[in-house]
Amino acid sequence: MFLSMNWIGDYVDFSGLDKKQLIKNFTLSTAEVEDIYVKGEDTYGVIVAEIASVETHPNSKKLHLLKVNNGKELVDVVCGAPNVRVGMHVAFATEGGCVGGHPINTATVAGFVSHGMCCSKAELGISDDNSGLFEITDDIPLGTDIKTVYDMDDIIFEVDNKSLTNRPDLWGHYGIAREFATITKRPLKPLTLADLTKYDALPEVGVNVKATDLVYRYTALKVQNIQRKESPVNMQIRLFYCGSRPINFLADLTNYVMMELGQPMHAFDNRKVDKIEVQTFPEEFTFKTLDGTDRKIDDKMLMITSGNVPVAIAGVMGGDASKIEDDTDSLLLESATFDGVSVRKTTTRLGLRTDASMRYEKMLDPELCKTATARLLAILLQNDKDVKVVSKFTDAYVRHYETVVIDFDKKFVDRYTGIDITSDAIEDTLTRLGFGVERNGDAFRVTVPSFRATKDVTIKADIIEEITRIYGYDNFEISTSLGALHPVLKEKEQSEEGRMKDILVKSYRMHEVHSYIWSDTAKNRELGIETPENVRIINAQTPEHQYLRVSMIPTLLSFVKENKSYADAYGLFEVGHTVEGLKENGYCLEKKKLGAVFFARRESADVLFMKARDAVLEIVGDILHKDVTFERTDAAFDFEHPANAFSIVVDGNAIGRLSMPYPTVQNAIDKKAAIAFFEISLPAFSALAVSPKKYKEPSKFPAIDIDLTFNALDLSAVRFDDVVKTAKAAAGEVLSDVKMQDIYEGEGATALTVRFSFISAERTLSKQELTPATDAIIAALSAQGLVFKVN
Amino acid sequence: MKEKIEALKLRFEEELKTAATEEAIEALRIAFLGKKGAVAELMTGLRDVADKREAGQLINEFKTAVETELSAAAAALKEAALKAEIRSAKKLNPSLLAKREFGSYHPITLATREVEEVFAGMGFTVEDYAEVVDDYECFEALNIPKHHPARDMQDTYYLENGQLLKTQTSAAQNAIMKKYGAPLRAIFPGRCFRNESTDACHENTFFQMEGMMIDENISISNLIYFMKTMLSEVFKRDIKVRLRPGFFPFVEPGFELDINCLICGGVGCPSCKNSGWLELCPCGMIHPNVLKAGGIDTEKYTGFAFGLGLTRLAMMKYGVKDIRDFNSGNLKSLSQFESL
Repeated sequence: MFLSMNWIGDYVDFSGLDKKQLIKNFTLSTAEVEDIYVKGEDTYGVIVAEIASVETHPNSKKLHLLKVNNGKELVDVVCGAPNVRVGMHVAFATEGGCVGGHPINTATVAGFVSHGMCCSKAELGISDDNSGLFEITDDIPLGTDIKTVYDMDDIIFEVDNKSLTNRPDLWGHYGIAREFATITKRPLKPLTLADLTKYDALPEVGVNVKATDLVYRYTALKVQNIQRKESPVNMQIRLFYCGSRPINFLADLTNYVMMELGQPMHAFDNRKVDKIEVQTFPEEFTFKTLDGTDRKIDDKMLMITSGNVPVAIAGVMGGDASKIEDDTDSLLLESATFDGVSVRKTTTRLGLRTDASMRYEKMLDPELCKTATARLLAILLQNDKDVKVVSKFTDAYVRHYETVVIDFDKKFVDRYTGIDITSDAIEDTLTRLGFGVERNGDAFRVTVPSFRATKDVTIKADIIEEITRIYGYDNFEISTSLGALHPVLKEKEQSEEGRMKDILVKSYRMHEVHSYIWSDTAKNRELGIETPENVRIINAQTPEHQYLRVSMIPTLLSFVKENKSYADAYGLFEVGHTVEGLKENGYCLEKKKLGAVFFARRESADVLFMKARDAVLEIVGDILHKDVTFERTDAAFDFEHPANAFSIVVDGNAIGRLSMPYPTVQNAIDKKAAIAFFEISLPAFSALAVSPKKYKEPSKFPAIDIDLTFNALDLSAVRFDDVVKTAKAAAGEVLSDVKMQDIYEGEGATALTVRFSFISAERTLSKQELTPATDAIIAALSAQGLVFKVN
Repeated sequence: MKEKIEALKLRFEEELKTAATEEAIEALRIAFLGKKGAVAELMTGLRDVADKREAGQLINEFKTAVETELSAAAAALKEAALKAEIRSAKKLNPSLLAKREFGSYHPITLATREVEEVFAGMGFTVEDYAEVVDDYECFEALNIPKHHPARDMQDTYYLENGQLLKTQTSAAQNAIMKKYGAPLRAIFPGRCFRNESTDACHENTFFQMEGMMIDENISISNLIYFMKTMLSEVFKRDIKVRLRPGFFPFVEPGFELDINCLICGGVGCPSCKNSGWLELCPCGMIHPNVLKAGGIDTEKYTGFAFGLGLTRLAMMKYGVKDIRDFNSGNLKSLSQFESL
């Protein structure tokens, strides 16, 4: 919204104050100012002059040679405007002056000397009308500087509409002026209003509010014999500076009042609209609005009708059939308060937001209806003497807001602010802002003004805002809180998540990435992955993103593919949320997971797989101090390799999966490179307690290592964790460690060398005395398919 | 005897000159000091000498001289060998074949850790929360009425089961208040979702960090203090903050917090639209309705809350110009964030 300091200046005396600084203060006390525009600065030396003669240019159809009377003498001017006429009064830029930043000098135009320039409104910057010269119809002596008559010099500032959503009172200049008056501690001047009681004896307008739940107040007034067609120039300038193109006097007038008071008004042509009903219709129908567009009206949209013929969409836009025409001289003026939520819903459904609807959405003060009519009539009468009011001010006030009264005391303010704002300052601020203040020492009872009471100010905390914003946050002394400090411990899952990231980044040189909580069906398709039908987003931007992700892996695989030019080998991981369908209560089964994918061009699949395995071992071992078993399973997802899919099991709990990619997925990424991945569920991981670390006194005696080699029929079936368990059971406590030393995979034979370490806490062992133990191990392992190979 | 010793001395000096290896020196030692060496021979010859005392002394002097010279020669030889070894050692060059291979954290992780550390130091607990929430948590409990525009479909991703993707980290306020009660100091970073089209400045998925402090007599003055302290720590310099009125249904009064522009220092530049200030985070005193919904006694406690755009903070901190880089998975950008 654009606001004019001249307009605000009608109601607050700014004399002696720096207006630009005031606008900055407005940002700090009321709402953020986005931009400041200084108007009129680049135009000066423009006077009122008369065109004394017009001759056509000998070589140009467009140009005219004029003699212009500047009040003192006739000067030669070359002019290209189509509407030049002898006797016309124009805005004439004199030599040495400036128009829109262009200096005016003596110039030769098409062979003729020109001593100045006749200007259009657009050239003067007061309109976008560039169709011809600005014809001055006001009675002004020739030679008068137009700036002494027209308010071209102004400072306009722009406030983001969003920052005013909670302040319906700030949608017009008068409400803004109240803020400035409070900030500057100067009085707010009253509005000039017409006395509507004068017309109480006249007949009422027929107003019938049927939809009383969607209307607060509907008022109407009929006026006749309006002769003026064009708005006063100063009114046009203000409207233009504030972003509204002047149309004609009647349309401008309703806009002007809306921009001054924030109250939208609508003028119906009284020849077509003589009475009013406010209602909704059960059936859908088409209605042509005054912008010439056909709109679909449904059963929830509030309509203004006249004799049940729709004439306007309430609070949004009038109808084409009843709009003001060039020959309109009688009006039915609407000034009403509609329900803000209803108006907003209507605009959303229609896809049509207007200056009026934007204001209604904010919940306007119904008290404004009457003020706006009185204000409009005052301006009308001032500018068109013969206007006749032909009806009573008709007022259907169907719903009232309750008066809001708030009690509080200074202590409450002190506690909320943490500083000392005096009771006098509190009283002064609230009074200036329009609150009714009753004060008894430090105790206050305030009545919220109607223009703040529709939703904005309802509780004590709202009063705090009023007091502090005017006091100025820059003036606050700041202080720490005196509350007791308590030790802060991170939740187990969070600190474990951090450590997982550290391990993958520092030990495995992997890269953390982020993606989205939904599956990307298109990217999955490129990899040959079917996107599982999971919980759906009903308003996803594209159907490709409608299903929430079940696993972290597919996106990571896509990222791996997209990064192939990055390096020969890299790993990616993400910690993010997934949803595994719905729980019994209908809510999403949401799980945070760590997904990690390894990619390498110059490593074998086996080696890379083991690297992924090691990462899992390190995460579990480092954080939980536990061992992991990998249970071979069927593929749980279509991107897992059916022969190489494992469940990651810790203490009997499955906490995730370690797998190789399905061949076609692998090929879609890179036929030659190796890929391996794992995924860990954080809640499952963190549900496991950290095993205590126990110190074991090392034996003072040396260990004896014995390497034994076994033939394995099927290496993939050997579970080394079982080998360790079996050997320990067979050999007893003396066997302290079992390590795999080597694997030999020759033609038709696979051999496995295992190192068994024996140690005693009491004495040095001899090799001979361990023979029974190694024999027992050999016997036990043969049952597991490991046949001792005689060396 | 004396002549004999002199002759031996001369011979020793001659031979020592040509002894260029450890072996030659050892041979010389054996020849002179060995069991059957020249000195031993002299000792044997002592029997036939009249003044045994003088001759013995001369022999001993000779022996000592030989020993000293031999060990000096041996030491010199070792020294020369060591020098030769050093001279001929291969010279290594650390500038060659250097591989910079580090892992990397997501910039959001780094920014989060940094902010978390600052707040942990001020006694704030760090909380985690779901990304899928319900209408009550995201709106109702935050004093956002039924027909508020924030609930519109164009802003919020709704799920078919009636839940939604949280549009703001404030969605965790209610649960955290219920979990801890008052007094309370907590921050909760998290992923948020807004149903909007993306460009260099907009993402539908981004990170915020919410913070709350609730205690007896928490004031606006405290809020400014904590925000200023926290931001100065995060940006590692003294940050000027200013509050402006701002409207958010879950706070009253509500503020927009600006910091002095980090690029121009506050004098005005294109980044701050010449205002000298950058809008950084909405904050305010927690609305009594929100405290009540969280089961907190509003007569006894007040509190403040703030929402920090972590993604924006990371962009400012690291100079990332396109917000879409964060979720791109592109290692050419992301691998640069190796550590804090």
